[in-house]
Amino acid sequence: MITIKNLVKTYGTGTKAMTALKGINLEIAKGEIFGVIGHSGAGKSTLIRCINMLEQPTSGEVVIGKTDMTKLSKNQLQEQRRRIGMIFQHFNLLSSATVYENIAFPLRLVRTPKAEVDRKVKEMLELVGLTEHAKKHPAQLSGGQKQRVGIARALATDPDVLLCDEATSALDPQTTDSILRLLLDINRKLGLTIVLITHEMHVIQSICDKVAVIQGGVIVEEGPVIEVFLKPQQPVTRDFINRESENASALEEAIRSTTAVSARTVKVTFIGDLTYQSILSQTVKETGVDFAILQGTISRIKETPYGQLIVRFEGDSADIVRTLERLTEQRLEVEELGA
Amino acid sequence: MNKELDFSQVNWTEFGKATNATLQMLGYSSLFTLLLGLPIGIILFLTARSSSVGARTVYSILAFVVNLLRSVPFIILIIALLPFTKFIVDTQIGVRGMIPPLVIGAAPFFARLVETSLREVDRGVIEAAQSMGASTRQIVFRVILPEALPGLIAGFTITIITLISYTAMSGLVGGGGLGQLAVSYGYNRYETSVMLVALVIIVIMVQIIQMIGDRLVTHFTRK
Repeated sequence: MITIKNLVKTYGTGTKAMTALKGINLEIAKGEIFGVIGHSGAGKSTLIRCINMLEQPTSGEVVIGKTDMTKLSKNQLQEQRRRIGMIFQHFNLLSSATVYENIAFPLRLVRTPKAEVDRKVKEMLELVGLTEHAKKHPAQLSGGQKQRVGIARALATDPDVLLCDEATSALDPQTTDSILRLLLDINRKLGLTIVLITHEMHVIQSICDKVAVIQGGVIVEEGPVIEVFLKPQQPVTRDFINRESENASALEEAIRSTTAVSARTVKVTFIGDLTYQSILSQTVKETGVDFAILQGTISRIKETPYGQLIVRFEGDSADIVRTLERLTEQRLEVEELGA
Repeated sequence: MNKELDFSQVNWTEFGKATNATLQMLGYSSLFTLLLGLPIGIILFLTARSSSVGARTVYSILAFVVNLLRSVPFIILIIALLPFTKFIVDTQIGVRGMIPPLVIGAAPFFARLVETSLREVDRGVIEAAQSMGASTRQIVFRVILPEALPGLIAGFTITIITLISYTAMSGLVGGGGLGQLAVSYGYNRYETSVMLVALVIIVIMVQIIQMIGDRLVTHFTRK
């Protein structure tokens, strides 16, 4: 659906030149929710704005469907942009227009017949649950409601792609979750491809299928969320994940706290249905070792439940080896941590 | 009897005519100032932000002319424009003769106010419109002007009030209206009462216009 090839964006020239994107390659499939996570200044905002040419890339290609966005004339670009919806961190609604008029705006740009505009706006109002607020102005709405208007406006022209530029970063946690649920819902109902950028791992974890981690204008890690999340390879990725779930120094202390002669600390990862089964306790019953859970998370990534426990096994070293083997046999992932 | 406070000598018919003349000058010059200043302000705004060399050149030239006209004191502008005024409206005095200098004096001022209020429009909103495929024309008419409306009204109100003081000044060079009455009776013939009445009428005009402007601004402000 979207192919980004060798995308480079340099601001300024000569000695003042600053390269925000240093050759980005991405492949985003149709109907996918693709997240890009990075710290501020990493280039994620530039990247998403290069997709609809709000920023003109210095070199490289951005192909959406079959169209290379970088090679379009001004008119062709305007035409193409109507097929790409976008929502923003600060909503960017017309303050002088009502909710209804804001949603009708993209339709009126192309002189849609009045009856058609009315039908579509009402459909969108219903989709985002704002039917009773149609006559209000944006100033009278809460942040979450404003973003709903933004989503309705972006979807009014039936785009193929929705770009989300830090769409939940200005919202409180509860509102963020309700907006994320709405996005996921729309993705399912309409088969819409969604590209979102964020600095919150929580957003990626809640709705994304795939994730790319961007740092210093380069994609450092990419893949299905579950893989990247459970087995992060890069320090920056671990940093994003740790902030959400673990505290490294507390863990080290916990690992060192044992007095047992023979102990091994492992990270055990459960994915899917295994998460809610009593595998761990059954296994230790068989092998007769003791264990202590030092840290753990049971949660979900999008729809997939997962558990990640840091467990210290204590007992006879042969028994511990057997325990670890038994766990691996039952499709759990076991990773030994430095003892 | 104290001549200064003798209002019995005030010729009210004369005042009626003069007020009417001032209002006419004000009405026409405001209208043409709007028609001339608004597009210039929009062009200033658009070309200032553009990255193309052509647009930057347009901006430099236009900005220079605007600054030049704004730096000439109005009373000198009237005199300097006499041949031009003669050419445009075929007279140099009276209501008609005053409209060209009033417009040329006020339009650059208003254009700058327009430019400033357009700059106040949230960049993000303009960007959102771009992302929806709006053309520059659509962005100007459907986004920037409606969003800047309160600021534009406030700017236009200030411009009209400036025009009132300009019309009064034009009384010095045969422009007619309340200004001329105040000068020829109040100043030249020491009839302070006439000057006082002219002054009161002008103050009332300014108050009414400012009040209407403020009401409209409040009405259109949605933030």
